[in-house]
Amino acid sequence: MASTPQTLFEKVWQRHEVSAESAAVPAVLYIDLHLIHEVTSPQAFTLLRERGLTVRRPDRTLATMDHSTPTTTAQVFGGAPITVDAAARQVRELEENCARFRVELLGLTHGQRGIVHVIGPELGLTQPGKTIVCGDSHTSTHGALGALAFGIGTTEVAHVLATQCLLQRKPRTLALNVSGGLAAGVTAKDLILAIIGRLGVSGGTGHVIEYRGETIAGLDMEERMTVCNMSIEAGARAGMIAPDETTFAYLAGRPRAPAGDDWERSLTLWRELPSDRGARFDREVDIDATRVEPMITYGTNPGMVIPIGGNIPQRPGDAVFARALEYMGLDAGAPIKDQPVNVVFIGSCTNARLSDLRTAAAVLRGRRIARGLTMLVVPGSQQVKRAAEAEGLDRVFLDAGAEWRESGCSMCLGMNGDVVGRGQYAISTSNRNFEGRQGVGARTLLASPLTAAASAVRGRVTDPRELC
Amino acid sequence: MEPFTTLTSRTVVLPAANIDTDQIIPARFLTTTTRSGLGERLFADWRYDEHGAHRAQFVLNQPAAAGCHILVAGRNFGCGSSREHAAWALMDHGFRAVISAEIADIFRTNALKNGLLPVIVGEPTAGWLMAHPGATVTIDVARSTLALPDGTTVSFPLEAFARHCLLEGVDELGFLLARSGEIAAFERRA
Repeated sequence: MASTPQTLFEKVWQRHEVSAESAAVPAVLYIDLHLIHEVTSPQAFTLLRERGLTVRRPDRTLATMDHSTPTTTAQVFGGAPITVDAAARQVRELEENCARFRVELLGLTHGQRGIVHVIGPELGLTQPGKTIVCGDSHTSTHGALGALAFGIGTTEVAHVLATQCLLQRKPRTLALNVSGGLAAGVTAKDLILAIIGRLGVSGGTGHVIEYRGETIAGLDMEERMTVCNMSIEAGARAGMIAPDETTFAYLAGRPRAPAGDDWERSLTLWRELPSDRGARFDREVDIDATRVEPMITYGTNPGMVIPIGGNIPQRPGDAVFARALEYMGLDAGAPIKDQPVNVVFIGSCTNARLSDLRTAAAVLRGRRIARGLTMLVVPGSQQVKRAAEAEGLDRVFLDAGAEWRESGCSMCLGMNGDVVGRGQYAISTSNRNFEGRQGVGARTLLASPLTAAASAVRGRVTDPRELC
Repeated sequence: MEPFTTLTSRTVVLPAANIDTDQIIPARFLTTTTRSGLGERLFADWRYDEHGAHRAQFVLNQPAAAGCHILVAGRNFGCGSSREHAAWALMDHGFRAVISAEIADIFRTNALKNGLLPVIVGEPTAGWLMAHPGATVTIDVARSTLALPDGTTVSFPLEAFARHCLLEGVDELGFLLARSGEIAAFERRA
């Protein structure tokens, strides 16, 4: 091949250019798959109605509801009213919009409903080489399968609904080279938290990250999704991983993955996607995975993260840092280990897949959560929930004293009323520890499902290696 | 959208870095199905105490903030979620521009789509602005410049097509709709 070696990102980008960018005008980028949900779509549909427009490709659009939906069985299936009136209205409005604009909806009681970034891969809709957007910043998750996937705002949701395209300037590329094996007790969540700690919360701004190297190739699909999910926490709109046999094995046989001859044709195309030897990235960063330890956040953004055995840093004279610690009620220089916690949340698009639930259940099997602690386990999708129940994981959680819920975003952002109380400490497997993210005044410590489960047993921040 | 050519205003300063969209508009207010009315909720947990009373020390609650259309903020403003509600809330409150040494990607895109101008300046300019809250500055969209009170001007990056849309008061949707023939041709090729 005589052409310039290309990165995975460049290949996917180029194949979706309706027209390339010029100095005057951004590229018109074609979108293969548009996922929508109840919170960031209503105003987009309003725009379509105001302008008398239709959805150009309903067949490339899929709706579900996850952000503001309840997680109690009585509310999802039993007809009990949704507590938050406005949330109930959003759910109704999505139903009406999907009916009117002929968009397929996996509604509240549908067996395939779930967090939008869990169901895309699960259904086999997320595929290598696709362009995927959603009005949600964690759309980066889908990049784990070699798709170019990024979050958009509601105006852009309207653009995609109406034209199946977006106007985009080409982002820069960042190669994140990871080498070495992860130690026992260290998970993909710890790896991405360590990466964010290294890059900083804006280190990836303007870039698409490609996670590369033997460590990444050794991760299973769900671990890869955890890594790509939090790309936005380093400022990058998209994270990608080259598709390989692990990807293809994951997709084979999924309900909306290609089948038969179509599968063979797709495989041929997908195998061409990995970055060419010699392809150049705008930036490269190397990470030694062998040095990564179980990680936990102590502050109010995901970059404020330390190994679980470490001490909270000291930054004299940094007023913003001091304010973050004041909000968290933690002291500079103090260890984070043994910090008492009130709530443990296992859930979110970062860590609520079957493997995450298995990991947490393995710690809790035969144990009880600490007295006075509340633990919420919220599966990433209804399919994950049923699969977990088929293995008896629900019994493990319930016997340990945790709550077992219907799927949704739940306590990750507390829109549906699942919130952490003011001043309370929550160890959460989700992705953001911003002030008030899990409830007004809530104090979030982000960690892996392993660390969260171990901490639930002791009621304080616990190094999972002490319990395994 | 109204055409956006120039803006002269005093500034309000929020010096913290990494102000995320959960601070700009907390998630519990995202249950709205319209774009309007979010200004009252802007920075809700910083502006109001648990009883809903104004926190007197918060800058937006101070008399000097009234009538200011430009927000100066620490670097990486607007990081976090893709909620366009953040841009809507700032606009609804009366802001027309945000100046920072760094602005998060999705927020920057959302802001431009709504005629809220993201102005990225170098650290020295950002530092000066943060040290001089209430300074009157002028933004010139056509030239992509920011004029400081002493008459010096600094330029800021503004993508050419976004500038065109701001100056003409048009949005991108019309442009995309006009390309439907090309889009259909692409779909036939793919």
